[in-house]
Amino acid sequence: MQYDVAVIGAGVVGAMITRELSKLDMNLVLLEKAGDVAMGSSKANSAIVHAGFDAETGSLKAKLNVQGASLMAYYCNKLSVPYKNIGSLVVAYSWDDMQTLETLFERGFENGVPNMEIISQERLRAMEPYISEEAIGALWAPTAGIVSPYELTIAAAENAIMNGARVKRNSGVFDIEYKNDMFYLSTATGVIKAKYVINCAGIFADKIANMIGDTSFKLIPRKGEYYLLDKTERKMVNHVLFQCPSAMGKGILVSPTAHGNVLMGPTALDLDFDSKLDVDTTIEGLNEVKFSVNGVIPQLTTRNVITSFAGLRAHRVGDDNDFIIAPSKENEHFINVAGIESPGLTAAPAIARYVGKMFREMDPSYEKKAEFISKRPAPIRMAELSPEERAEVVKKDPRYGRIICRCEGITEGEIIDAIKAPCGARDVDAVKRRTRSGMGRCQGGFCGSKVVEILARELDIPMNKVTKHGNGSKILYNKTK
Amino acid sequence: MLKYDLVVIGGGPAGMAAALKARECGVQKIIILERAATLGGILEQCIHTGFGLHYFGEELSGPEYAYRFIKELEKTDIEVKVDTMVTDILPGNVIVATNNKDGVMQIHTTAIILAMGCRERPRGALDMPGSRASGIMTAGTAQKYVNIDGYMPGKKIVILGSGDIGLIMARRMTLEGAKVEMVCELMPYSGGLTRNIVQCLDDMGIPLKLSCTVIKTHGIERLEGVTIANVDERRRPIPGTEQYVECDTLLLSVGLIPENELTRMAGIIIDPVTNGAIVDEYRQTSRPGIFACGNVLQVHDLVDYVTEESQIAGEGAAKYILSKGKSKSRNGKDIHVKAENGVRYVVPQNINRSTDKDVKIYFRVADVYKDKRVVVTCGDEVLYNKKKKKLAPGEMENVTIKLDDIAKLSSNEITVKLEA
Amino acid sequence: MIKEMICVSCPIGCMMTVELNDKNEVLSVKGNTCKRGEQYAIDECTNPVRMLTTTIKVSGGTLPVVPVKTSKPIPKGKMFDCMQVINNEVVDAPVKMGDVLICNVCDTGVDIIATNEV
Repeated sequence: MQYDVAVIGAGVVGAMITRELSKLDMNLVLLEKAGDVAMGSSKANSAIVHAGFDAETGSLKAKLNVQGASLMAYYCNKLSVPYKNIGSLVVAYSWDDMQTLETLFERGFENGVPNMEIISQERLRAMEPYISEEAIGALWAPTAGIVSPYELTIAAAENAIMNGARVKRNSGVFDIEYKNDMFYLSTATGVIKAKYVINCAGIFADKIANMIGDTSFKLIPRKGEYYLLDKTERKMVNHVLFQCPSAMGKGILVSPTAHGNVLMGPTALDLDFDSKLDVDTTIEGLNEVKFSVNGVIPQLTTRNVITSFAGLRAHRVGDDNDFIIAPSKENEHFINVAGIESPGLTAAPAIARYVGKMFREMDPSYEKKAEFISKRPAPIRMAELSPEERAEVVKKDPRYGRIICRCEGITEGEIIDAIKAPCGARDVDAVKRRTRSGMGRCQGGFCGSKVVEILARELDIPMNKVTKHGNGSKILYNKTK
Repeated sequence: MLKYDLVVIGGGPAGMAAALKARECGVQKIIILERAATLGGILEQCIHTGFGLHYFGEELSGPEYAYRFIKELEKTDIEVKVDTMVTDILPGNVIVATNNKDGVMQIHTTAIILAMGCRERPRGALDMPGSRASGIMTAGTAQKYVNIDGYMPGKKIVILGSGDIGLIMARRMTLEGAKVEMVCELMPYSGGLTRNIVQCLDDMGIPLKLSCTVIKTHGIERLEGVTIANVDERRRPIPGTEQYVECDTLLLSVGLIPENELTRMAGIIIDPVTNGAIVDEYRQTSRPGIFACGNVLQVHDLVDYVTEESQIAGEGAAKYILSKGKSKSRNGKDIHVKAENGVRYVVPQNINRSTDKDVKIYFRVADVYKDKRVVVTCGDEVLYNKKKKKLAPGEMENVTIKLDDIAKLSSNEITVKLEA
Repeated sequence: MIKEMICVSCPIGCMMTVELNDKNEVLSVKGNTCKRGEQYAIDECTNPVRMLTTTIKVSGGTLPVVPVKTSKPIPKGKMFDCMQVINNEVVDAPVKMGDVLICNVCDTGVDIIATNEV
């Protein structure tokens, strides 16, 4: 199959760019090496919409961050993705910290972050009753928020498919050849031909660029470890709570999630170049998170932890840590979108528009589609409905009456929807990201085996072919008898 | 509008015994709401024997034990709805439940018995670092795959936690051809029954490693191995004792948690130690007309005791219903039962002074003890004093307080404790 | 010969020392604190038996397997032989509680019976 554009990497950036390009009349494909979209940094990050005072003034990062923060509500509404504009606080514990807040405020102002304030201890305490007594003030940024990053990715991919794009999973690119004005991408599922390539391969973007001889940047994985706490802890935290930044990043934060849990993390540990798959959690990392958060909200403990996880940021080697969003010097039909570490999630909507504009300027021959569908319909979420509304839904389809995941109240109907959706779930974790089945406090103890059963039935495969997260992550072996 | 005298939430051993007892005591309209497709609860997958020695005087398998109650239920007009999940308990004892036949139901009832059972502690709650590979699951999940679905969840297995389910699964997986490398137990003693250690581990040649835990899991897709280490007396891994064990499966048997989401939703007061409701001698919770029994109230080791406890709850609910709710909730007002000095918790936590029969107090101890006296006191008065050769956290104990003694107690507090 | 064992007759779990002669006959039992302990020690040393529980494949049933048990305890050493026989068996649904699915398994004189309905 020949495509006009192949986007490599179905993280939030790749998916949002694909959606943006699906506005144009062209053959478009999104290639992903994993068994699902959002399998890299997009599924394991802080899930924060940053206001935009961190990035260096004048950088692309700063510009796209502030733009992204202001676009997020619009996109999440269009794509039916959980987003809450709860605002963020950078908490100060010393006069040095207060000085840092001033610096952040100044930088934020220069970057165009609206409505920031430096607030007093009293006001901070009123906003966050459980905050440490040591906290003396904070930088309040009301435009910050929280979003479900993997749902944003999934929704963008689905919406792109609704608009004619193809999403090919399990299609990792291992070689690229360029001849006769055409890229030949060797993937795990065959050769893909494309006139243009957009490299959104996250932590592997440097390896993809290397395939066309572009060695202009190098990425190392910077690991961040997190704890996810039970919804019972939600009352302890009202806003995104940052500590004053350090050289390694924005420090360990505490925040509610878009689904009402509490997230704490991340650590920041630079791994070596060859550890791009290492998302193991470590005792040291998790202890650091615990210790650090104890200084912010002393009463918040990990007693009600649901899970811990680690994610990797695509960190640029060298002094320049700005986003790379430009055609490669080796081939101008190959656009690198690389080094997108924090605030990449926030910036994703702005990056998509930026790349879209760049592409149209590069090749104005593609017309805008008249019939672009901008709205991705909201999936049915039974747990969010009133008993009366639930009764209505079940009347139409009884499968919405059979609850599979007890903790989150997810029904068989919702799980089937997730499997049948345009970019449908193919494994247990994919069902979990789409429906929250198994996301609760029992962590799939009860529903896990039922989800395996439903996947097997709907995909018409035996139960022992169902995986946890694609490839070799099998759950069951042979039949006992 | 659906209207019942008694709604029993959960159709496992607790719910079935409670419903049958309430029926026997004269309650008319009873319904059991069960979230699984069949009655029997977790017993359906517990195909090993050892159930019923106390209650039936014979050794039954889990499904056989459940079957006896299912057959009893079939003889009555007690209604049963399976595949039905209760989602809310609203004020005024209105239950919201859903299934794929009736849709969303609102059920009005005079009394409720909570019998939702418990769940296993998952990996996430363990603080165990490492990868997110497949092949890490609770022992109960593995049990369902093997005994109900007929699939092997692994070939080379390490089990963390020596709770009874873990021990039972060690034998079960071995019989089905898997190699169980070891069972690691964080504590210096096993949480399981001695009989299970002998018959599930020793018989199968599986080593039990005490004061040992899994400190890391390895593998990106399927589990490839675990790192184990010995722990010191404060349960911290001892550096230098790490050992890599190759395996494709890690089964977790690290504790059970009563499933009290609905209980909390109903505003019922929970005991922070048992993680179940605080109840009186008839297992009435802090909300009048709502009773609790079985593993949702306290995690039991023997189903026989679940049955016994549930019959008490069924009788209590019947008394409440037949007195038209006039048997006031006296929970917490009369005699408070306290756990002290080596006794970790007691159930019931409250006793009504005007109760009408002897009260059996169940308890668990905090550690392994040898040659200790179990003593129950009320002020200076000693109500019970008996020597026990051995007490262990894994074995639920009980003492009976005589009706005559309760009536004439000198204070409003009795204490259950261990003494030398 | 001296054998060490834990008694499983009750939760106390006495550590017992059993003395045996060449013919595997019990000469003495020490460490037990009750009669049941002594009997258990003798049984375990001379003829240890176990209940075997597992599943048998079902064809045409609501579930792929049905749980089964031995009608009586079988010699401990025969458990895996019996498993092999059981694993090769397929029974047709419907299976009723208590149905005898295999007679006299491995010449033990013990039957394999269904412990649920499928």
